[in-house]
Amino acid sequence: MKIHEYQGKEILRQFGVPTPRGIAAFTVQEAVEAAQKLGGPVWVVKAQIHAGGRGKGGGVKLARSIDEVRQLASEILGMQLVTHQTGPLGQKVRRLLIEEGADIQKEYYVSVVTDRATQKVVMMGSSEGGMDIEEVAHHSPEKIIKVFINPMDGLTTEQALGLAHGMGVPQASASEAASVMQKLYEAYMQTDSSLAEINPLILQGDGHIKALDAKFNFDPNALFRHPEIVAYRDLDEEDPAEIEASKFDLAYISLDGNIGCLVNGAGLAMATMDTIKLFGAEPANFLDVGGGATPEKVTEAFKIMLKNPKVKAIFVNIFGGIMRCDTIATGVISACKAVNLSVPLVVRMKGTNEELGKSMLAQSGLPIISADTMAHAAQQVVAAVK
Amino acid sequence: MSIYINKHTKVITQGITGKTGQFHTEKCQEYANGRECFVAGVNPKKAGEKIFDIPIYASVKEAADETGATVSVIYVPPAGAAAAIWEAVEAHLDLVICITEGIPVRDMLEVRNKMKAKEAAGGKKTLLLGPNCPGLITPDEIKIGIMPGHIHRKGRIGVVSRSGTLTYEAVAQVTEIGLGQSSAVGIGGDPINGLKHIDVMKAFNDDPETDAVIMIGEIGGPDEAEAARWCKDNMKKPVVGFIAGVTAPAGKRMGHAGALISGGEDTADAKLAIMEACGFKVTKNPSEMAALLKGML
Repeated sequence: MKIHEYQGKEILRQFGVPTPRGIAAFTVQEAVEAAQKLGGPVWVVKAQIHAGGRGKGGGVKLARSIDEVRQLASEILGMQLVTHQTGPLGQKVRRLLIEEGADIQKEYYVSVVTDRATQKVVMMGSSEGGMDIEEVAHHSPEKIIKVFINPMDGLTTEQALGLAHGMGVPQASASEAASVMQKLYEAYMQTDSSLAEINPLILQGDGHIKALDAKFNFDPNALFRHPEIVAYRDLDEEDPAEIEASKFDLAYISLDGNIGCLVNGAGLAMATMDTIKLFGAEPANFLDVGGGATPEKVTEAFKIMLKNPKVKAIFVNIFGGIMRCDTIATGVISACKAVNLSVPLVVRMKGTNEELGKSMLAQSGLPIISADTMAHAAQQVVAAVK
Repeated sequence: MSIYINKHTKVITQGITGKTGQFHTEKCQEYANGRECFVAGVNPKKAGEKIFDIPIYASVKEAADETGATVSVIYVPPAGAAAAIWEAVEAHLDLVICITEGIPVRDMLEVRNKMKAKEAAGGKKTLLLGPNCPGLITPDEIKIGIMPGHIHRKGRIGVVSRSGTLTYEAVAQVTEIGLGQSSAVGIGGDPINGLKHIDVMKAFNDDPETDAVIMIGEIGGPDEAEAARWCKDNMKKPVVGFIAGVTAPAGKRMGHAGALISGGEDTADAKLAIMEACGFKVTKNPSEMAALLKGML
């Protein structure tokens, strides 16, 4: 789960990481009031969307008067902000962060993630703050310094100081920077984050350290113990189809193709999408119905897939293990009737009670194309959309 | 022979009294030598009771002491699953199989680091399979987990995969063309787990009753590449490889918490290229995994 920058900064402040003073605004009037409350002489008007690259896309601007705050806020609110992470259509800006200006002496980068290979937490730091870190990693990987942290020990002062030193933080500010990193680590662990990133972390003219940005992603498996994080969720930033699917415990992701896929199991779902591509078409979605493909769930899955106007055919690929093929056939038949299906449907069922399931589909009177293998089914469904 | 488990293995079920635990314990009992294999359950509140004739104990340690079991399988809900793994490790079992899906990553990080610290201090090493996995099976001997038993057939092909249904897909293909499996292992779809592809490939390499292996991976993480590089220098048996997720977009979690492209070597194409360079026969068509393998025997 992702959150906005201003929410991330609230978390940072709770853990003692200094940030500029700032106020979130949902309207131009609120933006102006926020600027008045903060006081000048300089303000930063920042678009709040769940994507990086906002500055480059024109979503972060400096204002030198209240009038300019008003002007910029009215320009940015409601704009379709396009960044390298939003896709070509961009994301509509519905919230702003109005912040006091900062005296930037030097910009650094720092982030925390979990490393699956070493099964440790990794903190990464770089002297190249304010830039796209993937580009830094590509062009000058030596400028990214990593510290591997055993979660049983935490980030030690020695490690944090080593990182600050490696990033080139001046000696006079090193212990403050190290303390900020330890607080960032605590925030990462205690909120069950999957990513915590400050870019840039700045050194001010007065030698103090401050977080000018905040990006957090959270482990969805741990949200049950973080109601305070769940409260930050902004549904405007999420795909409506994915939200709808999650209500029915379906894992759904929208894609660009025209063949809707309904599969049980994440690996098989990906393999099904890949097979469609192999035979020359593109999947419209990833959809894992999970272990319990009840008629209700299958019907909801059909409804969600068919809301996408691009869908020209549906491919159902189920490996009936514990879930029997006849149960799935019942689900598919009732879903077809419930949604009055008008696009071609190819069903491939394998496993327990396969023959019974197939004969149920054949006798349903519905125009269902049946196939034995994933490859054969994919060829049929691709032919149906060509 | 087989890897990790056989018909003599004695198993404790943690979470045996829950709905999932009950359902699958019954299926596992019904499979091959299951009645002799599943000897104990754990639930501190129901100690002294029985379920399907299986005695329930208050703790894993007590269950192990009383029955001599060396393996446990876990169906405990996500919030308590990492603690259940640690309880089995502290009881010095040989192998713990965690079926539970949805365990917080931080909990897995902590328990994995505790396990490593125990080993580093000279304590007994307990292997962990999973979490978020279907389990493992040695056909006609024992099934521990949630896979459908009847699609398997005793044979000499090893199968290892992160995904449950994709494992079944490979197993069914192998059975259909008249071969069978020595063991089939689902290592699970989570980013922080126990046994990895490389560990299972080593076990299949050492198993005299495995002739060839189907190794199935997914986008995300370095594990398949690491296993392929090990195989290049050490594997004595033919391997067919498939990676799911050629069409998966970067930055989206494809169902499995671990199936997330974060850049570089963890795309499907990159992994397939590494596997091919390391001597695997790779395919982009998951329907032909077994047929390809047959051609290599």
